[in-house]
Amino acid sequence: MKKSLISIQDFSKEEILHVLETAKEFEKNRVQNILEGKVIACIFFEPSTRTRLSFETAVNRLGAKVIGFSDATNTSVSKGETLKDTIKMVSNYVDMIIMRHPLEGSSRYASEVSSVPVVNAGDGANQHPSQTLLDLYTIMQTQGRLDHLKINMVGDLKYGRTTHSLLQAMSHFSPEFIFTAPEELKMPVEYKDFLNERGIKYTETTSLEEHLDDCDILYMTRVQQERFTDPMEYEKVKDVYRLKASMLENVKPNMKILHPLPRVNEIDQDVDETPYAYYFKQAENGLYVRMSIISCLLGYR
Amino acid sequence: MENINKELKVSALENGTVLDHIPAENVYKALDILGLKGIGNQITIGINLSSKLFGKKGIIKIADRFFQDDELNKLALIAPHATVNIIRNFQVVEKKKLVMPHEITGIAKCMNPKCITNHQPVRTRFTVLEEDGEISLLCHYCEKRSDIKSLF
Repeated sequence: MKKSLISIQDFSKEEILHVLETAKEFEKNRVQNILEGKVIACIFFEPSTRTRLSFETAVNRLGAKVIGFSDATNTSVSKGETLKDTIKMVSNYVDMIIMRHPLEGSSRYASEVSSVPVVNAGDGANQHPSQTLLDLYTIMQTQGRLDHLKINMVGDLKYGRTTHSLLQAMSHFSPEFIFTAPEELKMPVEYKDFLNERGIKYTETTSLEEHLDDCDILYMTRVQQERFTDPMEYEKVKDVYRLKASMLENVKPNMKILHPLPRVNEIDQDVDETPYAYYFKQAENGLYVRMSIISCLLGYR
Repeated sequence: MENINKELKVSALENGTVLDHIPAENVYKALDILGLKGIGNQITIGINLSSKLFGKKGIIKIADRFFQDDELNKLALIAPHATVNIIRNFQVVEKKKLVMPHEITGIAKCMNPKCITNHQPVRTRFTVLEEDGEISLLCHYCEKRSDIKSLF
């Protein structure tokens, strides 16, 4: 049966752990031509650097070939072709489709019309499951485990899809959460309901200083201008948190700072030199995790 | 007097379906959900009839038409207390209550303006969520919740 990766909720705990274990293997040996002869489409209807390049690198390192586009303006989409027709056509050519699209739910729809597996590389503000899996991989790598960790999520918890998906995925592993956000960008009630139903503890605060010293993972996020409809609301909150090296004097020794990147000024450059900064390694892990996702979905691992 | 009126209307149907206890304001929506607009059958509609239970109610009687349960159950979204009477040869041969469907397709619109279903010809699909008597719809595509007002 063809299996797609659209939402992190589509994967069971066992499937998540299987992808993470497989990623370890690719980190040890990143050149494995197990997909030689395969062709994979990377179709990006919206700009992206990190996600697209790491997916394309992953395909290449697995020995498969990439086709696709990074901008829909030079394709039939600009002539008014429906997503259904584009996907039907592309899925006849290739073994897998990796896609990003600005509309929410577009990947789920694509997976229903496609004859090959679809990997969601971001559908608007909805889901970005490969980011979530690489976040989990990084958390496991830095802490040696996923269970019973205290995770402090900071920044835009209202519109930030990465924090929502990470929260859902971590719920398998008995975590405790701290939500650090300004009033305007608090964690939406449906996600708090989700935690309440599962008996997972969380604390909310507006102060970045308050819970720096008792968390295992500090998950920083950018306030994304593109998600705001009201420019005044954005101006009010854009620089609300700024993490500096001097604030990290009493943190737990195992504490690591993650960030899905790109960062703007929520993490000061001087934090990069501290032993707690882990966001660049986190971005590198994206390659191994994406290699793992592709080979697991195609049944090669 | 009222009872006699109601009795007359119901028994006036020889064969067909009577949908009773629809909230008065949702009668038009009910016609939409069941796809009754523009069909050739004889349909009698009552709106703002007095009801002992609900104050004002609506009623729809469709001659020579019988529905599948899953067609009728869609009505539970807007008329959870509606009753269905199946009439054959002027007699009520069956009475049933509606069961809230777990999933609905093609009859509601997602309220998220960035949802794919609002931009491309995609048939909508929702999971029905019931919390504290409030009904909301979870979009199968964008994973956002719409409230019941988004139905039409």
